[in-house]
Amino acid sequence: MGEAIVITSGKGGVGKTTTSANIGTALALQGKKVCLVDTDIGLRNLDVVMGLENRIIYDLVDVTDGRCRLNQALVKDKRFDELYMLPAAQTKDKNAVTPEQMKDIILELKKDFEYVIIDCPAGIEQGFKNAIAGADQAIVVTTPENAAVRDADRIVGLLESSHIQSPKLIVNRIRANMVRSGDMLDIDDILQVLNIDLIGIVPDDELVIRAANLGEPTVMNPDSKAAMAYRNIARRILGDTVPLMLLDQKKSVLTRMKKFFGMS
Amino acid sequence: MTVKSNYVTIKGIKDGLVFLLDDQCDITELLSELRYKLEHSHQNILTGPIIHVDVKLGSRLVTEDEKQLIVDVLKQKGNLLIRSVESLSSEEDSSKDQISTIIGMVRSGQVLHHEGNLLFLGDVNPGGTIICTGDIYVLGSLRGMAHAGVDGNEGAIIAASYFSPTQLRIADIISRPPDEWETRESGMEYAYLLDGVMQIDKITNIVRLGRDFKVFKGV
Repeated sequence: MGEAIVITSGKGGVGKTTTSANIGTALALQGKKVCLVDTDIGLRNLDVVMGLENRIIYDLVDVTDGRCRLNQALVKDKRFDELYMLPAAQTKDKNAVTPEQMKDIILELKKDFEYVIIDCPAGIEQGFKNAIAGADQAIVVTTPENAAVRDADRIVGLLESSHIQSPKLIVNRIRANMVRSGDMLDIDDILQVLNIDLIGIVPDDELVIRAANLGEPTVMNPDSKAAMAYRNIARRILGDTVPLMLLDQKKSVLTRMKKFFGMS
Repeated sequence: MTVKSNYVTIKGIKDGLVFLLDDQCDITELLSELRYKLEHSHQNILTGPIIHVDVKLGSRLVTEDEKQLIVDVLKQKGNLLIRSVESLSSEEDSSKDQISTIIGMVRSGQVLHHEGNLLFLGDVNPGGTIICTGDIYVLGSLRGMAHAGVDGNEGAIIAASYFSPTQLRIADIISRPPDEWETRESGMEYAYLLDGVMQIDKITNIVRLGRDFKVFKGV
């Protein structure tokens, strides 16, 4: 029996879909059998980020409405044999599916996959309720902005009052130079408010945007800082203890490396 | 039997009847007079359609059993529907001296309602709200909204270990940090009302409030 993890945030545009795609791919890189589930019915884009849009035949609503079997709707990734995706419908809306139906689908997927990563839509309405219905664990994504932290706090409150205990936190799009100059909230400020376990920090990286447009998860890129962060998160999900890369230290390591290569 | 005294007063209000019960006399006398009034003297108004009844016990200290006895007497009349039994003393006693402790975290969008005084162990985050009829003491960070004395008690106070609220309300007075309070280091502070204006002070100065706190003076 696998484990279902929902990636959620409350606020839109903080990187839920990117995080889902990258964590899913990173877990597949580690040799795990992974299924990504897009629950953003009506506004699906996990398939675009994964570059699998043109392979979709059936979707989530087709499964719940009985037009196809669950494994007919699964789209196999083009890079990994053990990575699949269940796309959301683009023509319906969130109310086309009930939390009970979602729970059944996730339960079914957990039988075949080691990890089921659920990409949650923004907001706290039906779509959110659907997304968390089948999940065993939750990862809350936030960015270092007050508005995102406020929404993350709301989501954490809702998760804590649901069946999901102790959600984990990812702080996305950190800019080390802005934190240093005091223009951006730092990790400690965010943790003080949210008071949940941190599972990873992801630096702001232009390569992420490029990769998303190409339909290639960033994790595949060995040069990207964000990719390393996502691979670390995947390892933490698997139970490894990986120290958090502190942004300042990381910077110094990088400059040291640059200096090293410059010399050689 | 004649009515010796007026322990029981029955008043009509818009949507029912209010039974004002004397709070000084003996409970047995009160019950017998209540029974007499229901069965004999006020029979005409107490029969007929269903009437809502509020019972006010004044400041009488009643046990649950005694309360039940009064309710039972009233229940003998089928048309009396008891809506509430109020006793000033029991309410005030519980809210005045006692302080209840609640542990947790009030996150954005969550509201904690409390009757009486509250000691809250944990944080109140921005967007979170504590609403209380008495005082609010937060052992943690107060970053959200706190409303003390919500029923109009202007003597209520709000205190916190880390005092950085988005907004404070005491009774009907609303205040927010930047423009109304002088800037200061956020530390252990409390808010109170002085002549209808919100004031903030260090927790050590709480003694100057002149309330009926139990003050430790040493030897």
